[in-house]
Amino acid sequence: MKRFIKLPITDIIFALISFSASFIVLTLIFSTILVLYNESSLAIHRFGILNFIFTVDWDPVREVFGAASSLYGTLVTTVLSLLIAIPISIGIAIFLTEISPHIMKTPVGIAIEMLAAIPSIIYGMWGLFTLAPIMANYIEPALQATLGKVPVIGKLFEGTPMGIDLFTASVILSIMITPFIASIARDSFNLTPNIVKESAYALGATHWEVIRDVVIPYAKLGVYGGIVLALGRALGETMAVAFVLGNNHQITLSLFEAAATITVTLANEFTEADTDIYLSSLFYLALILFVLSFVVLAAAKIFLLRAEKGYSR
Amino acid sequence: MKRILAGVILAGILAGSSVIAGETINGAGATFPYPVYAAWAYQYYKETGVKLNYQSIGSGGGVRQIKNRTVDFGASDAPVKPEKLEEYKLYQFPAIIGGVVTVVNIPGVKSGKLKLDSDAVCHIYLGKIKYWDNPHIKEMNPNIKLPHKPITVVHRSDGSGTTAIFTKYLAGACPEWAKEVGAGKAVKWPVGVGGKGNEGVANYVKRLRYSIGYVEFAYSIQNRLPYTLLKNPAGNFVEPSIETFKAAGATANFDPKKHFYLWMVNAPGKNAWPIAGASFILEAREKTEVNKKVNKFFKWAFEHGDKTAIALHYVPLPKELKEKIYKYWKDHGIYPEK
Repeated sequence: MKRFIKLPITDIIFALISFSASFIVLTLIFSTILVLYNESSLAIHRFGILNFIFTVDWDPVREVFGAASSLYGTLVTTVLSLLIAIPISIGIAIFLTEISPHIMKTPVGIAIEMLAAIPSIIYGMWGLFTLAPIMANYIEPALQATLGKVPVIGKLFEGTPMGIDLFTASVILSIMITPFIASIARDSFNLTPNIVKESAYALGATHWEVIRDVVIPYAKLGVYGGIVLALGRALGETMAVAFVLGNNHQITLSLFEAAATITVTLANEFTEADTDIYLSSLFYLALILFVLSFVVLAAAKIFLLRAEKGYSR
Repeated sequence: MKRILAGVILAGILAGSSVIAGETINGAGATFPYPVYAAWAYQYYKETGVKLNYQSIGSGGGVRQIKNRTVDFGASDAPVKPEKLEEYKLYQFPAIIGGVVTVVNIPGVKSGKLKLDSDAVCHIYLGKIKYWDNPHIKEMNPNIKLPHKPITVVHRSDGSGTTAIFTKYLAGACPEWAKEVGAGKAVKWPVGVGGKGNEGVANYVKRLRYSIGYVEFAYSIQNRLPYTLLKNPAGNFVEPSIETFKAAGATANFDPKKHFYLWMVNAPGKNAWPIAGASFILEAREKTEVNKKVNKFFKWAFEHGDKTAIALHYVPLPKELKEKIYKYWKDHGIYPEK
């Protein structure tokens, strides 16, 4: 406080304004949690915590609600979309920074950033009217004819391919998160000092060895950061998934079955939830998603900090 | 710079006050009647200068908003039970009728050819009839060559009044459905895929061969989806049309004493389409003057809006029902005199 008194009045005012700006963020987060908790207290009371999380049933008529099916859908689509998007994005980033001719770098880079700017409802419409038929008619039958024949793995590809399922939703999600990972990975790769790369070349390393042993290790943290951002987006993405997931509350091994995610359930059912317990259960789902995102991002942050420490040594 | 800013603010105030000067009615609720309410509101504004602002936030939202008294009227596709109306202190009356039709995609089967009864629809949606050449369906359709193909069931993925009407029909006609699934705006579907909105269901049925779905009548026409005939409680196979919906409305016995609480499904009329439903208006009991304003709009719509409704594939209320509503208003002192 002493420090402030010596400052000119304008500085004090500025400090106060910037302090209150940052304070608003904290207030917002805490009030969101409070409201979610308050609204879902009825459902928390009725169903408990573990019981709600592990109940598969979602039956508005009998007023039995459980989060298991929505949680399962959220986790499967998120993980699968990351599995698809990570290798592709890193490939894009490596190509743009190390391999592509100079003239292609800017247009391709801008195109990727444009992908990130497309509103998700447009991905949803495109997914429903264009991608879903392609998946149903070509890609999914092809997968069934090949991977579907393999024992154990084949279980993932059972059922009638209809294009409205976990797999299509994951593909859409992966397209949506690719620009996040790719552009951040590209920027991190670009930060690799030329002198390090040139030293590696001088020691006789091949192009591939420089990318694998110099560029990627150097930019590792940035890439992780991009993946965390993408993870956050995939967890919370709603509209695009709502169009192609079917909103069926079931847990199936097959990726070719309709499912539900937390956000899709909220978007689909919130407007017509007419009983108090129904509405409260939806708020409960939202609270779980909030906590889940918080935990995932916090874990990622801690992981990044530790990696950073290890790196600076 | 300051002068420009002042000008902008002044213009804003003027624009704002001109909105306040005109009368506005605020309503919110069901999405299903939104197109017809919007069309009526536009014509009403042109004639009277009174603006009606209707937000289609969904029936559940409509009930919640009027319960909290944040709007002048709420709208719901599902009638609110009389006990609840007492609890929330609300009036209720129907404003428009619509029909839900079953649509199919079977190559070679044209619109209005396939005959189904409630048992067939119920067992298809329960997953008990799995193939189109099921003996029960074949028996009703001796002239159609039905393929041995699995039936893909399509339903709504979002909560909706359409689903409420459809499941109410199934629950009323088929005890197994009432026991195993029940009726509501969202239910636990035993089989099938879910499409988002009427357009989602229409799109899936259009695309997925050997599928069956249910949509509002207007969507089956717009998307040229082949609809089926349905057997009504009187034992006749009827075609979905404004006439058969009207017949359902005419034989449905709306009771003003119960605030018109009624599901119009499985109506007893000889020519009645079995899956019809009314969309309801909800008003706060203590706001007499506001209700008169709202009712003035609906009275105008009942008198002048039938053509618009039919053009949009809705069914206007039958004359007797309109009379009943006028009487209901008079009995509760919310009849718009002028």
